[in-house]
Amino acid sequence: MSEKDIDAVSGVETTGHSWDGIKELNNPLPRWWLWTFYATVIWSIGYMIYYPSIPLIEGSTMGISGQTNRAALKEEIAFANQARAERFARIESEDLETIKADDNLYRFAIAGGNSLFKVYCTQCHGSGAAGGGGYPNLNDDAWLWGGDLENIYLTINHGVRNDEDDDARFSDMPAFGADEILERDEIGQVTEYVLKISGQDHDAELAVAGETVYADNCSACHAEDGTGDIEFGAPNLTDAISMYGNDRETILAQIHKPQLGVMPPWGERLGEAGVKQLTLYVHGLGGGQ
Amino acid sequence: MSEQTISRDAKPPEVENFDAEAVNAKANRELYAARKKIHPKRATGRFRQLKWWIMAITLGIYYLTPLLRWDRGPNAPDQAVLVDMANRRFYFFFIEIWPQEFFYVAGMLVMAGIGLFLVTSTVGRAWCGYTCPQTVWVDLYLVVERFFEGDRNARIKLDKQPWDFSKIRKKVSKHTVWLLIGVATGGAWIFYFADAPTLFVNLFTGQAPFIAYSTVAILTATTYIFGGLMREQVCTYMCPWPRIQAAMLDENSLTVTYNDWRGEPRSRHAKRMKAAGKPVGDCVDCNACVAVCPMGIDIRDGQQLECITCALCIDACDGVMDKIGLERGLISYATLAEYNSNMEVSGARLIDRDGDQVFDDSKIKPSNVRDGSGFVSAIKHTNLRSFIRPRTVLYTAIYALIGIAMLVVLATRSRLEVNILPDRNPVFTVLSDGSIRNGYQVKILNMITDPRTFKIEINGLPGANAKISGSDEDLGTSFDIDVDPDQLRNVKVFISVPRENLSTQHTDFEIDVTEVGGEETTTESVRFEAPEDIGNEK
Repeated sequence: MSEKDIDAVSGVETTGHSWDGIKELNNPLPRWWLWTFYATVIWSIGYMIYYPSIPLIEGSTMGISGQTNRAALKEEIAFANQARAERFARIESEDLETIKADDNLYRFAIAGGNSLFKVYCTQCHGSGAAGGGGYPNLNDDAWLWGGDLENIYLTINHGVRNDEDDDARFSDMPAFGADEILERDEIGQVTEYVLKISGQDHDAELAVAGETVYADNCSACHAEDGTGDIEFGAPNLTDAISMYGNDRETILAQIHKPQLGVMPPWGERLGEAGVKQLTLYVHGLGGGQ
Repeated sequence: MSEQTISRDAKPPEVENFDAEAVNAKANRELYAARKKIHPKRATGRFRQLKWWIMAITLGIYYLTPLLRWDRGPNAPDQAVLVDMANRRFYFFFIEIWPQEFFYVAGMLVMAGIGLFLVTSTVGRAWCGYTCPQTVWVDLYLVVERFFEGDRNARIKLDKQPWDFSKIRKKVSKHTVWLLIGVATGGAWIFYFADAPTLFVNLFTGQAPFIAYSTVAILTATTYIFGGLMREQVCTYMCPWPRIQAAMLDENSLTVTYNDWRGEPRSRHAKRMKAAGKPVGDCVDCNACVAVCPMGIDIRDGQQLECITCALCIDACDGVMDKIGLERGLISYATLAEYNSNMEVSGARLIDRDGDQVFDDSKIKPSNVRDGSGFVSAIKHTNLRSFIRPRTVLYTAIYALIGIAMLVVLATRSRLEVNILPDRNPVFTVLSDGSIRNGYQVKILNMITDPRTFKIEINGLPGANAKISGSDEDLGTSFDIDVDPDQLRNVKVFISVPRENLSTQHTDFEIDVTEVGGEETTTESVRFEAPEDIGNEK
């Protein structure tokens, strides 16, 4: 199209395109828009020189700033760690009671413990620390290995029944049925006795016989009155709380061939400060003694 | 008629004619016209005087407010007006606002909006002409411009003359002072967001945060560009208000009006025209009104969106009218209703021009509006009673209603707020003795600047025993919590209830929080959750 097509009404040149007789005027771009466009072009040149920009086969040009998101994140984490370093050092060096007495430091530790719990502990103990299915509920006031700060700390630090840590909590309830330590009817009797001391429906006659079986075989760890012993991680059989279940069948199965919980040691992985923060968090869940 | 002739013949020669043309004159309108620089002449008169005062007051408020001190005791900042972003507090003299009370600010904005409606429907664009920061700062920048470059004619001459030392000196001085005003503007702004004296020292010792410097830089740039370089273009092209105002104005709103009915037919040669027996209006076509206009328009073209109603053309024209011995008010504040009525009296008739109904000025006969002693009685003059009409009454009522409602809410607002969030994971915990325990996040907001102790009481939950997270101490149903001044305290409270005291899965109860040694109190309804089988076991 060599000839200019001028719109008769406005006197403006058209683009020469026609849609159903409607023609588009070829008005100039607004000047502010044009200058802004040029400015962005110039800006982009500076941007390309300063920042990583042009993709190469492997990676990209780095730009004179060498800026990357990964480096920026690293820097921010380092900055955050530096800001927290003093408090971490105090948590590491001071004992748990001292940390708890310092309101500010205590809240800091609880917050850290909460984060650690969400990452490392929820897989077994649940996000609300309510346990279930063989994993203890950490909210309640029943503790297999003790619920004061010192005992919680030791349990988290070394774990339970693992091969990795020599100081791990350890105990081994015999498989009274599977290893034929007790006769079948003896197991039945002691089951009724356990039902009795935990305040449930039971066969009174069998329970009387069960009491003797209990005294001979169980009281060494679970105590004569059935209240358990944290030395052996032996649970209290008389309370309303049970890890595997409190019904006749579960108790029977547990005496026959007990399930024994395992927990890894966290001391080496999380460090002293990490374990202490977790300890304070778990202690603060409501059952701490 | 004869009197008018006498006065016109006696026209003193010192009425100056200006070579001024409206930048938006219809004949010159193009879609892509470059900006024509406006050189507003200094005006003198009533409205200019008023504008000086308003400028002094508004600038004074803006620059000095951050320096005002207000004693709030040792636990709060002593700056009278402070937006404390870091701590999320807004201080305004005796009022302290927390983020959740931001509705006060929203209410203020609603009031500002309705106030703008009220002002516009009565006195037109008074906001634009007198108090808008753009207008005030442009005025200030023009003072500087006049100081270095002289008044209109000198500035036009200066712009035309080739660059020499004197021109460079004047221009550099002007732009330097403009930039300094910009820096002061940006500087004052940041003082609203931090302790002003401290920040002032830090600014100059290089210790202020980056955001402070960048804010000053940005506001310096915007002040300099908007106030110095762009000026009227901000109002005409960037600001939405001139477009909205058309909906706000009605025929009873005061606007700056050129009264064609007494001005037309205008003539620079009144005497000669008169001698030739032709009718002559009051307008001597001296263009003084155009020369003083900061928007560069000709008010005689009628009401137009560029007009910010600064009224400087009224001052300019009144000066001319005084000199030639005619009544003031050839250009005046008038309502459209009066104007139309007066136009009818003058003989002007509405005609259709390019689809618009406009008055045909050529039909105006000066003899229709004047008699021997002045204007004929049919001519209407501005009457402040026109302010009172249903619309303005309604605006005033809404404005007052919101204002009173906000004051009442503010005066009776509680400075204690309590939020109780029950734990949802786990919902409840069974304890070894069979009792049920629920956990609650109790958040207590002490919204005054003194430390306070609050008594927490659990009501309607028999057998309840409270414990605080981390402590083994039994607190029963009542205990105290200390809260720091102007702080939120978040306490994890565990409440346990013996199983036999619970009969349903959900038990509603109340937690009362009462200020110890004070009057503030609040009651929260809370729910206690228990296992599904509670009450129907065995």
